[in-house]
Amino acid sequence: MSTSEKTAAGVGPVEGGAVYTVDNPAPFIEAPRKRTKKTPKSTRGNFELAAWLFMRLSGVVLVVLVLGHLLIQLVLDGGVSKIGFAFVAGRWASPFWQVWDLLMLWLAMLHGANGLRTVINDYAERANTRLWLKGLLYTATVFTILLGTLVIFTFDPNIR
Amino acid sequence: MATPVLDKSDAAGKPEPGFADSPYITVTFRIRRFNPEVAAEASWEDFQLEIDPKERVLDALHKIKWDLDGTLTFRRSCAHGICGSDAMRINGKNRLACKTLIKDINPEKPITVEAIKGLTVLKDLVVDMEPFFQAYRDVMPFLITKDTNEPTRERLQTAEDRERFDDTTKCILCAACTTSCPVFWNDGQYFGPAAIVNAHRFIFDSRDEAGEQRLEILNDRDGVWRCRTTFNCTDACPRGIEVTKAIAEVKRALITRRY
Repeated sequence: MSTSEKTAAGVGPVEGGAVYTVDNPAPFIEAPRKRTKKTPKSTRGNFELAAWLFMRLSGVVLVVLVLGHLLIQLVLDGGVSKIGFAFVAGRWASPFWQVWDLLMLWLAMLHGANGLRTVINDYAERANTRLWLKGLLYTATVFTILLGTLVIFTFDPNIR
Repeated sequence: MATPVLDKSDAAGKPEPGFADSPYITVTFRIRRFNPEVAAEASWEDFQLEIDPKERVLDALHKIKWDLDGTLTFRRSCAHGICGSDAMRINGKNRLACKTLIKDINPEKPITVEAIKGLTVLKDLVVDMEPFFQAYRDVMPFLITKDTNEPTRERLQTAEDRERFDDTTKCILCAACTTSCPVFWNDGQYFGPAAIVNAHRFIFDSRDEAGEQRLEILNDRDGVWRCRTTFNCTDACPRGIEVTKAIAEVKRALITRRY
């Protein structure tokens, strides 16, 4: 019997003794890539989770807000022809419609911006392209949200 | 009832007119060839074969390699749909060449065969699988227990507990799913469906104790949240694993464990 006999791959006879001994140890299997500070940036924290969840939740809320908005603005009570300065002034006199519009503005902008962020991540191939596109996106988002919020809160119906 | 009965006159031995004696048909295989030592660009090459349409695409590739052009390079090991070596893009869809019958993919038109997408092509149909296996290794696809002592008896679990992850044990790591994923095509940083499937296999295993760690790994920017549920992976899986469902289960586990 030749238990010490083994093939190049280190496989011994089926019913022989142990193939690997102290002098002939089994090949070392490396541990999986350790995720340290130096390994390709992995994002800690739950940002992507929160973003994903936000998309679903804001989407559901937006269905109500946007459809309601379209119904009131374009369909009910004379349709689009009724909309004018007086109509907007009348609506924003009520805190309910202020909150409605504010919520719609914030949710729609963040929902859309986050959607575009994922599109950029998926389609922009170079890091620089991503950086610029996202920079443009975030600037436009912040600008629109701030401007819209400012208008809703500082709207003056008696403006001349 | 409507059981098909062999007509007596046909059975008499006279072949029906127009019915060829030979089952062989002529099929054109349009193969994406790439050899970095010859040309920098890949190009299509046509091969015409007389072949039985009940044969598999792999048989056709063998015929080409053995009889027509020995330089054609592709991977195959078991040739029976278990080893996962011969995933390729056949008529634009990721399949195993050894599980695809020629008659099922419209042999009247040229059948295109190319390497799976998103991984570097080394030669012809052979790609560098290393990024794929790196993502696989990253999710730690092995049993981890807190108890460091060697077990004195088998680790038991109920049939229901086993059933929980049964679907994802079927993976053969052929990369058909990952290389059909448009998110993976972009920059290859996404973990990919295969890695998530194999993480799922341990996350939902009642004997494993590192589920939380694996979930944390997949909570990464390039983890499960990059999945856009296009279902390409589920369509591509030659083992019929419900890949997108497995990814959704990992997402749900992350959400329910965080909140």
